[in-house]
Amino acid sequence: MAKYIVKRILLAIVTIWAVATLTFFLMNLVPGGPFLSEKAISPQAQAALEAKYGLDKPMFQRYLNYVTSAAHGDFGDSLKQRGRTVMSIITMKFPVSARVGGLSVLVALTLGIPLGCIAALKRGKAADSVISVVATCGIAVPSFVICTVLMYFFGVKLGILPTMGLESAKHYIMPVIALSFYPTAYIMRLMRSSMLDVLGQDYMRTARAKGLAGGKILFKHALRNAILPVVTYVGPMLAYTITGSFVVEKIFVIPGLGGEFIKAINGRDYTLIMGTTIFLATLVIVMNVVVDIVYKIVDPRIQLK
Amino acid sequence: MAEYLVDIKNERLSFFTPAGEVKALNDVSIRLKEGEVLGIVGESGSGKSVTAYSLMGLTAHPGKLLGGELQFNGHEIEHMTEKEMRKIRGNEISIIFQDPMTSLNPVYTIGNQITEVIKLHTDKDSAQAKARAKELLELVGINEPDKRLKQYPHELSGGMRQRVMIAIALACEPKLLIADEPTTALDVTIQAQILELMMELKDKLGMAIIMITHDLGVVASMCERIAVMYAGRIVEYGTADDIFYNPKHQYTKGLIRSIPRLDTKEHERLIPIEGTPVDLLNPPAGCPFAPRCDAAMKICLREMPPVTNFGDVHYTKCWLSQKEEFEKGASHE
Repeated sequence: MAKYIVKRILLAIVTIWAVATLTFFLMNLVPGGPFLSEKAISPQAQAALEAKYGLDKPMFQRYLNYVTSAAHGDFGDSLKQRGRTVMSIITMKFPVSARVGGLSVLVALTLGIPLGCIAALKRGKAADSVISVVATCGIAVPSFVICTVLMYFFGVKLGILPTMGLESAKHYIMPVIALSFYPTAYIMRLMRSSMLDVLGQDYMRTARAKGLAGGKILFKHALRNAILPVVTYVGPMLAYTITGSFVVEKIFVIPGLGGEFIKAINGRDYTLIMGTTIFLATLVIVMNVVVDIVYKIVDPRIQLK
Repeated sequence: MAEYLVDIKNERLSFFTPAGEVKALNDVSIRLKEGEVLGIVGESGSGKSVTAYSLMGLTAHPGKLLGGELQFNGHEIEHMTEKEMRKIRGNEISIIFQDPMTSLNPVYTIGNQITEVIKLHTDKDSAQAKARAKELLELVGINEPDKRLKQYPHELSGGMRQRVMIAIALACEPKLLIADEPTTALDVTIQAQILELMMELKDKLGMAIIMITHDLGVVASMCERIAVMYAGRIVEYGTADDIFYNPKHQYTKGLIRSIPRLDTKEHERLIPIEGTPVDLLNPPAGCPFAPRCDAAMKICLREMPPVTNFGDVHYTKCWLSQKEEFEKGASHE
């Protein structure tokens, strides 16, 4: 196990380096720059700014400089948000997104797993049909539609929920619903199909032949086998969800990290693009390792090498 | 105490599928005394497994018992609720399945899966259940039981897993063990070992066994009584000698002809039974075997044959036997 984790950490470093390199060059190939604006600034000022941030150097030189300082933990200053380091932006915005996203994942799991199980157990009955329709809607309807509908009914028509900000617990309700809609639907479908698969397995028949009661059969023998696909999905999904959604954060005016991704790209804020990308890549990699370890715990047949 | 451990009378059971009613069992009667071994032989879909499963109440949805009496060890199975059935399953009746590779839950240790059934049906605490599990593994001939208890199914071989399945089945000393093709998925050498083990344990523990198989060789060596099933009916029933040396039904005769023999000449072909099994969705009015039978007569296609008895045990349901017996009777007069 320890050997496996060391191996995965080394592999993670290589992966992050590859992601950083690819992002760096692609980003620089896109036309435009951080200091171009509609209001033209003097060529001297532009040159001075570029010199200050090292943008006047050749691309490869800049890449080497970036990698060296990033390896030392210095991700630089934001090019657009004056006086703030990339690190400080991430550490300030990430907790906000993580709270909303984390709650959403929690909601998705607590709703998706039981509903998926119910659909599988009641296969072909009314409950299954209702759950399947809801799940299909959840996957098909884009989040901005859900956000708008929620806002219209609960915020405007009924006036019971606040439509912007995150001041109180009540403020979390709509963003969390909107964010958890898709993963809930996805988990329901995963859970339904893997549960159906497990219910047809021979060891389920053995469990019944032992004289075990239905609940024990379901929770002990079926669930642990059926949960594996959900574990696989939830790992990376958690990484993406806690780093924030641009759409949901924009609509509900949440000061999270999701908006920063888009803002950085639109503004060619090179250092912030690099910082947020590396941050997300790291989270995804970490979650994948966690998934592997959870897998090993749930299913002893899995060998971690 | 009833005379018989198992007494199934005129059982009728159907599966209600979207395509219609599949008549899986039609008028099946089986009797078994304590400690007896009954073999049920037949091809796939003949109802041999369903007969045994219905005794355990394991044919629920879309299966439905339509008639008959199922008596086991003083219980009237057909009137029992699911909750009452659960007390019998794994306790008084146990079963071992065809495929040991998939019949054990892959995510729990062997020990967990054996002690589970012990704790369910007895008052033993964890430590006592574990001791019993170890004892059971020794009983079924598994070496290093302490180590095995902590292992997972994928760490054991097929033969070993089937031994574990037998240990689970015997955990509560059942009166009846149902063996549903217990050796089909195993290598020939392992097959012999498992069958030997079952017979040895039967003598040691005194349980009755219902052996479901399509392997006539297995029943010949193990079973005192044999029921030959075809299309959800018992077409012939008798002792092993009756069935092998004096088969009456054309289907039984066909089955015996199709066994490879040691004295078969090199290029001699086995004689198969031509045709395909009947569709139980639309069973024919007459004898279900008639369409495949060389000796079929007109009446065979129209009406179900009645029972023809040859002595106390041996009987068949065949018009030809009926006719022969009638002619024999006529010539005596």
